[in-house]
Amino acid sequence: MLNKDLYLNENIFETPTLEATRDGYGKALLKLGEENPNIVVLTADLAESTRVDEFAKNFPDRFFDCGVAEQNMAAIAAGLGVSGKIAYISSYAVFSPGKNWETLRTTVVYNHSNVKIAGHHAGIMTGPDGPTHQATEDIAITRCWPKMKVIVPADSIEAYKATYNSSESEDPYYIRFTRDKTPVITTSKTPYDENKIQVFWVSNNPQVTIAATGYMLYYALIAASNLQKEGVETEVLNISSIKPLDQDTILKSVSKTNALITIEDHQVDGGMGSAISEMLSRRRPTLQEFVGLQNTFAESGDTKALIEKYGLSSKSIQEKTINLLKRKNG
Amino acid sequence: MIERIDSDQIRILNEKANKIRELIIEMLLTAGSGHSAGPLGMADIFTAFYFHILNQDPKNPDMKDRDRLILSNGHICPVRYATMALRGYFDISELQTLRKINSRLQGHPHRTSLPGVETSSGPLGEGLSQGIGIALAAKIDKAKYQVYVIASDGEHQEGNIWEAVMFAGKMKLNNLTLVIDRNNIQIDGFTEDVMPLEPIVDKYKSFNWHVIEVDGHNIEAFINAINEAKSIFEKPTVIIAHTIPGKGVDFMEKDYLWHGSPPNKEQAREALKELRTLGNKIISEHQ
Repeated sequence: MLNKDLYLNENIFETPTLEATRDGYGKALLKLGEENPNIVVLTADLAESTRVDEFAKNFPDRFFDCGVAEQNMAAIAAGLGVSGKIAYISSYAVFSPGKNWETLRTTVVYNHSNVKIAGHHAGIMTGPDGPTHQATEDIAITRCWPKMKVIVPADSIEAYKATYNSSESEDPYYIRFTRDKTPVITTSKTPYDENKIQVFWVSNNPQVTIAATGYMLYYALIAASNLQKEGVETEVLNISSIKPLDQDTILKSVSKTNALITIEDHQVDGGMGSAISEMLSRRRPTLQEFVGLQNTFAESGDTKALIEKYGLSSKSIQEKTINLLKRKNG
Repeated sequence: MIERIDSDQIRILNEKANKIRELIIEMLLTAGSGHSAGPLGMADIFTAFYFHILNQDPKNPDMKDRDRLILSNGHICPVRYATMALRGYFDISELQTLRKINSRLQGHPHRTSLPGVETSSGPLGEGLSQGIGIALAAKIDKAKYQVYVIASDGEHQEGNIWEAVMFAGKMKLNNLTLVIDRNNIQIDGFTEDVMPLEPIVDKYKSFNWHVIEVDGHNIEAFINAINEAKSIFEKPTVIIAHTIPGKGVDFMEKDYLWHGSPPNKEQAREALKELRTLGNKIISEHQ
């Protein structure tokens, strides 16, 4: 059952409210712009689709459109970030942190500049545009940076909180957003703490831990609900912060279940599942199944069709959970 | 405006530049790796910046309204370190730690390691963009400091530079001055053989920049160019400083093979002899 302590939306299984995580980002920037004169926003010719157009209208002196030039955007932001500003750079994740990766590494991360990288249109959810625009490696290439914060909000409300929260630290952040409207799972009352993983689905006697990141959390919750009906009890963890990773909550869950399945719209190589696996192999080696892209790019298509074809659907999660359980008990 | 300098000051600054060249040779010899030609070629300009142009305080390197000097081509950092040490940012003896473990003097500059270093650099083509960001922050804050960026000629082969040149032209950033070390060499050879940059003056003009060309070894002319840049309000200014790579050490001058190599013991002895005698014009006390 949904964790009552987290004030989650009870309607998510029947009539979920839909909103894109990028909208949460845009709203948070607007609020931050009003509150903090040091907030600056940059884009590389993607103001509307990364939802920074309202910020641009309201704070034109603190908004910079760099044109189609992601390296320049990154390093300009780095200059702003070492000069007392808090710079949010907004582009598609394929281009930033993809195309401008080394620029970010040197001028933002190594330089320790106060820059927040907003990677939009991440994952195969970017659908019809095809693999050129579906960032499925961005978690891998940012979480390997020393002391980087890597956040993947589960819904628009968490996206708002994650964006707002990132302004309170001088550390560089990577925050990942998706294009489509997705179910709003949390509410304004749901606690948000990047150092604390929340258990969204609880059971009396969980047999498998399901860890999901980003909008995939919704698919994980549907799977957990269906599995419950079949008599399989699980716990579902919302991994919205991949770095820092709250090790204790994961260890606490897998110490009960001894089986873990990780769900992400990303390559399984180097993603959230890998991050948890690296930790567990040091502290408590655990049987693990990885759901995500398996050594392949996806293709153009309707989001729902892609999610089914590439094995990310609730049905697929259910099947893989059952298989995992068999392995555990076998 | 920056004060003009008289002949006495010119003489003093030239002596400082010569001393900086000696320090560069000494530190590269100890380090056993690093770049020789670029640092030697830029000793006069770094002297002009740190001993006359920049509004900075070596004892308070984070001073809020300090002028910012951004080094884009981080590989010539020995000249920055040597100049900063001579100016009093840290003890000259620390120069011997260049490129060694536990040193603040990283092989390429690291902002958070050494106070007074404004950005981390090494990978080319990124300094102008960072200078733009700092200049934009100054505009937002209505701060009066000036942002100077030093870039190499070879790094103009990086696309990022032209993204930044386009942006600065669009924004009419008059608090930003770019100095290009036009020494015509890069690792693989002469710039015009590897990938021609000319006509570089026309290129900058077409991007809506004000362009000044200057002899990069004439400190007085360079200071005048900085003043001219300050008087231009409607656009950013680029000063193309023509320099001789390896300047001051005869066997290194104009030879691209010295771009990325340090001197060995014998070569360092030879170089220091030349520098300490001002090219055999004076008899060194060491002789």
